[in-house]
Amino acid sequence: MTAPRPPAFGNGDLVTVRAANPPTHYRTPAYVQGKTGRVVALCGVYPDPESLAHGGDGHPHKPLYRVEFPQTALWDNYPGPPGDRLQVDIYEHWLEPAA
Amino acid sequence: MSENHDHANNPDHHHDHGDHTHPGMDTEELGWHARRVQAMETLLAEKGLLTVAEVQRNVDAVESRSPADGARVVARAWSDPQFKARLLAEPEAALAGMGYQLPDPTPKLDVVENTAAVHHLVVCTLCSCYPRALLGRPPDWYKSFAYRSRAVSDPRGVLQEFGTEIPADAEVVVLDSTADLRYLVLPQRPAGAEGLSEDELAALVTRDSMIGVSQPLTPELVAADD
Repeated sequence: MTAPRPPAFGNGDLVTVRAANPPTHYRTPAYVQGKTGRVVALCGVYPDPESLAHGGDGHPHKPLYRVEFPQTALWDNYPGPPGDRLQVDIYEHWLEPAA
Repeated sequence: MSENHDHANNPDHHHDHGDHTHPGMDTEELGWHARRVQAMETLLAEKGLLTVAEVQRNVDAVESRSPADGARVVARAWSDPQFKARLLAEPEAALAGMGYQLPDPTPKLDVVENTAAVHHLVVCTLCSCYPRALLGRPPDWYKSFAYRSRAVSDPRGVLQEFGTEIPADAEVVVLDSTADLRYLVLPQRPAGAEGLSEDELAALVTRDSMIGVSQPLTPELVAADD
């Protein structure tokens, strides 16, 4: 049982969601994979769902961030105004600093 | 059985517990998924990983909650600015003060406020995450593939189908609750609701307004209904 590392990202950081399809029960929707957004909140540190769902103990626990994307960055033909946004909760190991 | 099996909070729960048979619950009448769940529950209980009583307690906890509980919370926030500030900053403490215990440690609950400038809408694209600890079970449409896919890519189109028009100069923010948090929308208090009691305010708060797909009722609408 290792102590979790301190969160790698802070509010306002630009992050890119990793694109991957591991054979686990992961909680990262495909439509944000490869997209770049902004961290708007650290939601806490939680047992890793990809471990829990396969009989593991959830360690090491993972920081969870609320990441915000402009809708126009997610969809080519987003039908609404440019201020519309989407927020989704993403675990740290799915995030990389934006290039 | 009925004296320790109180369904007073759930008027939809009518089935007879007098002889403790559950109509429609004979194994032969169950569908494939229900039989599978029942088999898993039996196995988990036989292996000592959980007890049937624990399962029943969890079922009862969800069934004892309904949108009326969320409406009480929203009405309190509309009438008490200090409570509202606490609900937004420390939702679990604020809810505990009203007698609502959330699951420990997760899922956590967060409250987002709708204003004239920002309108929030909640969806779970991966499954059907929903603030069950406060609102009970989600409506069927919330779990539908159509809602889960379109709420993220065309939220204003979905809102229009619910009769909700958000002005173009206001922002629509979709919350996709895919992980350890559940979201409750604190809707905008309708105009004309000044001076109403908490009970009268709660009557304006619909389930859909706490998901963010519609606005709460107006006092005029409720009066016209009476």
